[in-house]
Amino acid sequence: MTVLSTDVANQCRGPWATAFRRLMRDRAALAALAAFLLIVLMCLLAPVYAHWAGVEPFKSTLNATIIIDGQERPVMELPTEGLALGYTPIGPTWSLGNYFLGADNQGRDVMARLLYGGLNSFLIAGAATIFTLTFATLFGVTAGFFGGVIDMVLSRILDVLWAFPVYLLAISLSVVMITQSITIGPIVIESGSLWLPIFIIGLIYIPYVARPIRGQVMALRNSDFVMAAIGLGAPSSRIMRKDILPNITTTLIVFVPIMMALNMLTESALSFLSIGVQPPDASWGTIIQDGQGLLYTRPVVALAPGLMIVASVLSLNVFGDGLRDALDPKSKIKLGRSG
Amino acid sequence: MIYAVLQRLGQMVFVMVGISLLVFLIFFGTPGVDPAARIAGRNASPEVLEAVRISFGFDQPFYIQYLTMMKKIFITGDLTSFVNRGWEVVPAVLDTIPVTLSLVLGAAVLWIIFSLIIGVLAAAYRDTWIDKILMILGLIGISMPVYWLGEVMNLVTQSRYHDTWLFSWVPPLGYKPLSEDPKGWFLTLVIPWFTLSILYIGLYGRVLRASITEALQEDYIRTARAKGLSETRILLRHALRTSLISFVTLFGLDFGALVGGSALLTEVVFGLQGVGKLTFDALQNLDLPIIMTTVLYASFFVVVANAIVDVVYILLDPRVRTA
Repeated sequence: MTVLSTDVANQCRGPWATAFRRLMRDRAALAALAAFLLIVLMCLLAPVYAHWAGVEPFKSTLNATIIIDGQERPVMELPTEGLALGYTPIGPTWSLGNYFLGADNQGRDVMARLLYGGLNSFLIAGAATIFTLTFATLFGVTAGFFGGVIDMVLSRILDVLWAFPVYLLAISLSVVMITQSITIGPIVIESGSLWLPIFIIGLIYIPYVARPIRGQVMALRNSDFVMAAIGLGAPSSRIMRKDILPNITTTLIVFVPIMMALNMLTESALSFLSIGVQPPDASWGTIIQDGQGLLYTRPVVALAPGLMIVASVLSLNVFGDGLRDALDPKSKIKLGRSG
Repeated sequence: MIYAVLQRLGQMVFVMVGISLLVFLIFFGTPGVDPAARIAGRNASPEVLEAVRISFGFDQPFYIQYLTMMKKIFITGDLTSFVNRGWEVVPAVLDTIPVTLSLVLGAAVLWIIFSLIIGVLAAAYRDTWIDKILMILGLIGISMPVYWLGEVMNLVTQSRYHDTWLFSWVPPLGYKPLSEDPKGWFLTLVIPWFTLSILYIGLYGRVLRASITEALQEDYIRTARAKGLSETRILLRHALRTSLISFVTLFGLDFGALVGGSALLTEVVFGLQGVGKLTFDALQNLDLPIIMTTVLYASFFVVVANAIVDVVYILLDPRVRTA
């Protein structure tokens, strides 16, 4: 009897609770989520760290000095060997709050910039994800539900956007937008604004999400319960809200970590190409670019942000895998790629 | 079947027109900006600005401007750069194509070989530790920014371990044409090939494992087992074969995208003067004619490549053919 009753209880549990239980059993996914949240938390503490360490992460501090083993040393050192050309920023001291990862070519604390940069990377990736998912849902649901001419026009627009090589589209958009501020009616977007990379990244991935959603909505449109609702005379807006949207929610949720991972990679690449986050602001991509000139002398400047990207994206992908298996085991959504 | 092919080609033309309009709007139609000042580059003199205005027809209606631009890029090919005075843009773009093709072709060979090995091995040993390790390695490959990986490669092979026997053969960064120096061509490209292919090895390995595992659930596999075929034969001759259809499609799309500018990051990090690097350099100088041309040529290439993939797919798969 007891066995039977737990079986019944299992069957009565809703799909969300079942998915949640499945996720809770997936230890790799949970560990990945914990790792990701830990990295985000660390980056959220960036202002606290900079204040505690007493450094200015966004100003050139070429004349700063630090104290190592009771000795005061300049942050920008004259090289002691080879051709003594120019200054070399100090290497990692491995003591927290005291140029832990050394300085960059402007004498700024790399550790503080790394944390601030992560904050920007997460902010842009998150906002771009929201942007993409919102517009992809709008496009996909409209095209899939109404079909006909509307579907044809929207699908062709998505085709055009999708055929564009991602980085070339981003370069075209940003060469126009980033060099000077643009005014559209009452909205003025400053040239260094974070909204530009958010808009660019959010825009280029709309087709990637909108296409599967369109397909799903088309299938739902022809299902019996939607036919029944149409037969009962329910208005389209109600059918979309009550019958279609709840059925694509799982797909949308599965897309969140995948898009976050893809957007983080794209953001860092754009910032590396100097068309994402603009100096003196930082993101992991811009710090890698700063480190490129110091690659052979102070490799840690470029290595550290790259490792942070790998750790964040990897944990998002592992968590995304687990989330997909838990919510929608049959789904075909694959990991995205970026150049 | 002819109808399906024609329909696909018609769609291709439509997308090409759409892309050219979009590029035109981005460069010439952004509100509140003077396109002539853009094309002329930084600190241009009034005479240059005037020359740009006349040459691109900015005093004429929009559709004439659009047609003038298309004519300059595709028909007469006489677009010149204003930042680097008098530099012919179209030949400059064509010159970069062999570099990009060399990079992408070599990487493609690597990623096909390694992803086939990884996908088949992981599927054969599915749910064992071999499978798990291979899949985690694949996921790490997918999660690495390619330009960062390139820098790490440079750090290791050009600086830190360059003096050891392992990497002393690595030549300095740059490209050597195949026709002039085949050995130098090969040596300079080995490291970029590996760097570019790692993402795709991870991606394709995972896709292949998933589709082989799915294929192994099918009825015809059970039939093959019942006939008494060996597991190896079932895996390679039956399951792998069906999985290869999606593999080939994916390959066509990615190959097209890479030649069409997506290899940009790898080219920039390794100093290879390909299509992507040319665009990147033009971005640094704000040389718009170059960017317009590479963007249009590259995206047209991608559109044509995608159409070819779809047509081949229609020709290959009888199920699509009859539909």
